[in-house]
Amino acid sequence: MSATAEQTASVAELALATLPDAAKAEIAEIRKRYPTAQAALLPALHIAQRNFDGWLAEPVIAAVAAELDLPVSTVYGVVTFYDLYHLKPVGRHRIRVCNNLSCQLRGAEEILEAMRAELGVGEDEVTDDGRCSYIHFECLGSCDTAPMMMIDDDYHENLTPESAREIVRGLK
Amino acid sequence: MAFEKTLTQNVGNPDALTVAGYKKNGGYTALEAALKMEPDAITQAVKDSGLRGRGGAGFPAGMKWSFIPKIDKPKYLVCNADESEPGTFKDRLLMEYDPHQLIEGCAICCRAVGANTTYIYIRGEYTKAARILEAAIHEAYQAGILGDSVMGSGWKLDMYVHMGAGAYICGEETGMLESLEGKRGQPRVKPPFPAVVGAFGCPTVINNVETLCNVPHIINRGAAWFKGIGTDERNTGPKLYAVSGHVERPGTYELPLGVSFDELLEVCGGMYKGGTLKAFIPGGASAPILKASESHLKMDFDTLAKAGSMLGSAAVIVMDETTCMVRAASRLAKFFAHESCGQCTPCREGTNWMEIILHRIESGHGHPNDADLLYSVSKNVGGNSLCALGDAAIGPVRSLVEKFRDEIEQHISEHACPVPHRRYFAAA
Ligand SMILES: Cc1cc2nc3c(=O)[nH]c(=O)nc-3n(C[C@H](O)[C@H](O)[C@H](O)COP(=O)(O)O)c2cc1C
Ligand code: SF4
Ligand code: FES
Repeated sequence: MSATAEQTASVAELALATLPDAAKAEIAEIRKRYPTAQAALLPALHIAQRNFDGWLAEPVIAAVAAELDLPVSTVYGVVTFYDLYHLKPVGRHRIRVCNNLSCQLRGAEEILEAMRAELGVGEDEVTDDGRCSYIHFECLGSCDTAPMMMIDDDYHENLTPESAREIVRGLK
Repeated sequence: MAFEKTLTQNVGNPDALTVAGYKKNGGYTALEAALKMEPDAITQAVKDSGLRGRGGAGFPAGMKWSFIPKIDKPKYLVCNADESEPGTFKDRLLMEYDPHQLIEGCAICCRAVGANTTYIYIRGEYTKAARILEAAIHEAYQAGILGDSVMGSGWKLDMYVHMGAGAYICGEETGMLESLEGKRGQPRVKPPFPAVVGAFGCPTVINNVETLCNVPHIINRGAAWFKGIGTDERNTGPKLYAVSGHVERPGTYELPLGVSFDELLEVCGGMYKGGTLKAFIPGGASAPILKASESHLKMDFDTLAKAGSMLGSAAVIVMDETTCMVRAASRLAKFFAHESCGQCTPCREGTNWMEIILHRIESGHGHPNDADLLYSVSKNVGGNSLCALGDAAIGPVRSLVEKFRDEIEQHISEHACPVPHRRYFAAA
C-alpha cells in the first residue's frame, strides 16, 4: 500500500524525527523478508522505539511511516493496538509484573505492593529520576516460576517481595 | 510415571543449540528422509499419525496440510509462537532449548505443502527465545539446511522470526496473519480459510510450535509409533502439560496424551504445601473450570470436551482450598476484556460487563441477581462473535456460575469476599 498524494502532504507537515542511519539500514534489511512494505511495520516500530528512549512520539511515528511509505494514520492505528508500543515516556527501565492467575496464585499481588512501596509512584508513572516505571501485566509465559516480572528484555523469576526490591534497587 | 521423552529429549542439553549438537541425537535425519519422499506421502504420514493441533483447537494437522491447493502461487507456513494463553509456557521451552527441532518441523511441513517461506510469529515479550531461534536459523543457513538448496536438494526454503508486539488476539490465526502483514491484529471473517487465502493473499498453513515439533519424530519413527501413545486413535502422541498454580513442582511435563489429572498432579509432587485440591483449569484461561471431583478425568481432547471443558493449550492451572473462585474468574475476565480486539459488539461489550459484574461481586457490592445476569451476558457473547475469543471468554464465567454458584451467592449475601486473601510471603 503506498500513500496517496494527500496523505504524503500530511506527512510533510508533521515534524519528522530523524531515524539513525543504522536503524534505517536495519529496517531496509528486514523489509526484504516480506512481499509488502507494511509487513515490516511491527519490526520497524520495535527498532524505532529502541532508538528513541523506549517510546514512540508522533514525529517518530511519522518517520517510520515515511520510511515505509505508509500513511501516518495507518501507523498510528497499529501503534495504539499493541501493548508493547508506548505513546508516552516510560522509565529507563520498564518493569512488567505479571499478575495473571497463575502468578496471582503464588503471591503476585505482594510483588506489586513491594514495587509500589519501593518506587513510590503509581502504575505507569515514571519515578522522579526517570529510572523506572512499572505496570501489572498479562501472563508472560513463565507461570511455572511464579511470581515473576520482566524488566526490559529480561525475566526475573521465583520472586519474593525482598528479591524483587533487591533487583529493582540494582537498576542503574 | 516412566515415559520416554521425545519432544523434550534435548531439554537440559545445551549442545542441542548448535547444528552439530542437534545432529548427534538424530537431528535433521527426518528432513533428509522427507526430502526423498513424495510431498503427499509426508502429509499422509502426518494424517496417519493422528497428530492434532497443540495450539488450542485440536484440528488434525495432516488434514490441514491437505487443504493447501496445488496452485501456482507462493505458499507460506506461519508458525504460531504467540503463546499468550494465560497458564501456557510450553512453546517457550521448546524454542529456548531445542530450536532446531522446530526448524526441522517447519521445513518438513513446507516441503509437504510446497511452501518456500516460513514466518515464525513469536510474541514480542519472548526476546530470549527469539534470539536463540534467530541464532539457530542463522547457523542452519550457514550449514546449508536452509536457503537456496536445502541439504543439497535444490529446493529453496527461507525462514524468518517475526516479533509480535503484545496482543493476545494475534494468537488467533487470522489475527496473526493481519499482524504479520503489519496491521492491527483483528481477526478476519472466515471463509475464506487461510489454507486458501492466508498470508499476503496466498495459501497458508498455520500451526503451533509444539504441533510442528512432533513432525520430525513422526517421520523418523513412523505414524504407528505415534499412534501407540495416547488414549485412543483420536487422541495420540506425546503431549506437553504446562502445570502452574498450587502444586509443589510447577513446570512443563511431557507425558502420553490422555494422562489423568490425578496422575499429572502426582508427577508434579502433589499440592502446594500439602493443600487440598479445590478446582483446576485443564487447558489455559479459555477452558471452563473443573472441580476437584473431576480430577480422575483423562486430559485428552475428547474426554475434556465431553466433560464440558477442553484440552486447549494443555496449560493446567491448579487451585487449592484457599482460592476464592470469584476472584480467580474475575482475573480471567479482566484479561479477556483487555484483550478483546473490539470488532464485534457482543465480545467487546460482553467481556467488559463480565469483568465489571465479577469485580463488584468480589468486592462485596454484588446485586442479588448477578449470578443470573452473568449467565445471560455469557449467552449473548458465546456463538455471537467473529472469532473464538468470544467463546473463550465465557468459559471461566459460565463454569463459575454452574459449579460455584454458592460461592457467588455467599459473596453477595455477606457483602464481602468470604475467602480471606492468602499472604504468600512473611510481612517485611
Ligand atoms: C484468542 C485466541 C488466541 C489464540 N492463541 C494461540 C496461541 O497463542 N498459540 C497457538 O498456537 N494457538 C493459538 N490459538 C489457536 C490458533 O487460532 C490456531 O488454532 C492454531 O495456531 C493452529 O495451530 P495448531 O492446529 O497446530 O494448533 C488462539 C486462538 C484464539 C481464538
Ligand atoms: S470475538 Fe472478540 S476478539 Fe474476536 S474478532 Fe470479535 S471482538 Fe475481536
Ligand atoms: S500467569 Fe504470570 S507468567 Fe503466566
